[in-house]
Amino acid sequence: MSVLVIAEHDNAQLKGATLNVIAAAAKIGGDVHVLVMGAGAQAAADQAAKAVGVAKVILADGASLAEGLAENLAAQVLGLASAYSHILFAATSTGKNVAPRVAAKLDVAQISDIISVESADTFARPIYAGNAIATVQSQDAVKVITVRTTAFDPVAAEGGQAAVESVAAAADSGLSAFVGRELAKSDRPELAGAAAVVSGGRGMGSADNFKILEPLADKLGAALGASRAAVDAGYAPNDWQVGQTGKIVAPQLYVAVGISGAIQHLAGMKDSKVIVAINKDAEAPIFGVADYGLVADLFQAVPELAKSL
Amino acid sequence: MKVLVPVKRVVDYNVKVRVKSDQTGVDVANVKMSMNPFDEIAVEEATRLKESGAATEVVAVSCGVQQAQETLRTAMAIGADRSVLVQTDAELQPLAVAKLLKALVDKEQPQLVILGKQAIDDDANQTGQMLAALLDWPQATFASKVDVAGDKVKVTREIDGGLETLELKLPAIVTTDLRLNEPRYVTLPNIMKAKKKPLDTVTPEALSVDVTPRLKTLKVTEPPVRSAGVVVPDVAALVDKLKNEAKVV
Repeated sequence: MSVLVIAEHDNAQLKGATLNVIAAAAKIGGDVHVLVMGAGAQAAADQAAKAVGVAKVILADGASLAEGLAENLAAQVLGLASAYSHILFAATSTGKNVAPRVAAKLDVAQISDIISVESADTFARPIYAGNAIATVQSQDAVKVITVRTTAFDPVAAEGGQAAVESVAAAADSGLSAFVGRELAKSDRPELAGAAAVVSGGRGMGSADNFKILEPLADKLGAALGASRAAVDAGYAPNDWQVGQTGKIVAPQLYVAVGISGAIQHLAGMKDSKVIVAINKDAEAPIFGVADYGLVADLFQAVPELAKSL
Repeated sequence: MKVLVPVKRVVDYNVKVRVKSDQTGVDVANVKMSMNPFDEIAVEEATRLKESGAATEVVAVSCGVQQAQETLRTAMAIGADRSVLVQTDAELQPLAVAKLLKALVDKEQPQLVILGKQAIDDDANQTGQMLAALLDWPQATFASKVDVAGDKVKVTREIDGGLETLELKLPAIVTTDLRLNEPRYVTLPNIMKAKKKPLDTVTPEALSVDVTPRLKTLKVTEPPVRSAGVVVPDVAALVDKLKNEAKVV
């Protein structure tokens, strides 16, 4: 039994999510191999080789893999699939995009967004926005899985010394082409992997008012997030969205500011270690999950909190 | 250009589902059912493509129980021209649905299939990508903008950390994200009109598709409950708790 982990990276840097997926792979058992697909991705492959628990890194490097097109990535994975009992992706926008393509080609079910490994063929996963947990058993020879990274503690990034083996990059499908990418530039940590998150809700009142969260986020070294209500209202960009339809986060500290706590938002953050809620409505459901609640006007409390830290 | 839009009947998103005490699933008896919200966005987008002249026909399809006809009627009230139900009482998993949809695509020959990115019941986020794989078509998931031009479609996608734009050769698969559009309210005259639009029914057997589930659900349980903590009187008390009790700052 061998497990193939599909690495998340930007060629230069292996993304932290990969270490969480390696941890999930280690729970399944067997040899853990990591596949790095990219263009000029040697650095990412070398980092993957140092992760604890990795037996081998496979590097597929070529222009067809430069922009992460699903058709080409899936073809690359399929070329290697026969040697593995499990193929694991992070449940990120890349993993979710590619994994089902691999599963369908292998004619196997995919197990999405697993939060625990019960055995080599049995996994738990949230359904209905996390309002229920399903334990499912796969009947297929190959298990194609996406992993909710926040549910698995990452393996150590340093300490391993796996060999890096190169394979030829898959041919370009010719079906899709990359046009462009606009990534939000920010010195803040990535929302999905941040140790602290400060999120604003509809109570923020406007996009401009979101700025008052920045000094607090700076002090905490936190990523900024938002509720779906705030995103829908145009106060914050969609990639800040925390919740069932956005990102699932589980930081050490989650500060919910002006967020009422709709089910859909709670689904995205209730596994955080410590939750702080600041809201002027004492009846807001967010207080039902918060470790520390502060019933206050956020426009006074947030700057004061930032100053006090 | 013909556009196919698969829609799913799911528990309404305002309903808080309850896990059955025997752990076999969630209780969906006497619960309000609606069209999956992401599918509604898909129907709206297809309808707008037709209104703009880029599409000539919008066909809504659904797989599932007889009552999914209501979901298809809603799709036709938004703007689909006709619909097809693959009727079965069997449990349908995403791979099986993708195979059923492939059979319908082979029959209908659309140039574009627009699906919701995920259903809010099983939260799988698989069907569109699986359909693309089975057809060997290109895919653009999590779309926030769709422009059809000639034999290509340009799609802006919501990805972690920002946006990405791809150009796909038609025929292609697009799955919708929240910001693609805001679905219209269906009006009574359109609901009445939808009742007269054609709705065909087929079966998985007639399409020669094996829908046997591949995943066995062993149990469905309540998630761990998080209990409320304390309400602190002021910012100073909050800082004290964070520093000395939670030790997170």
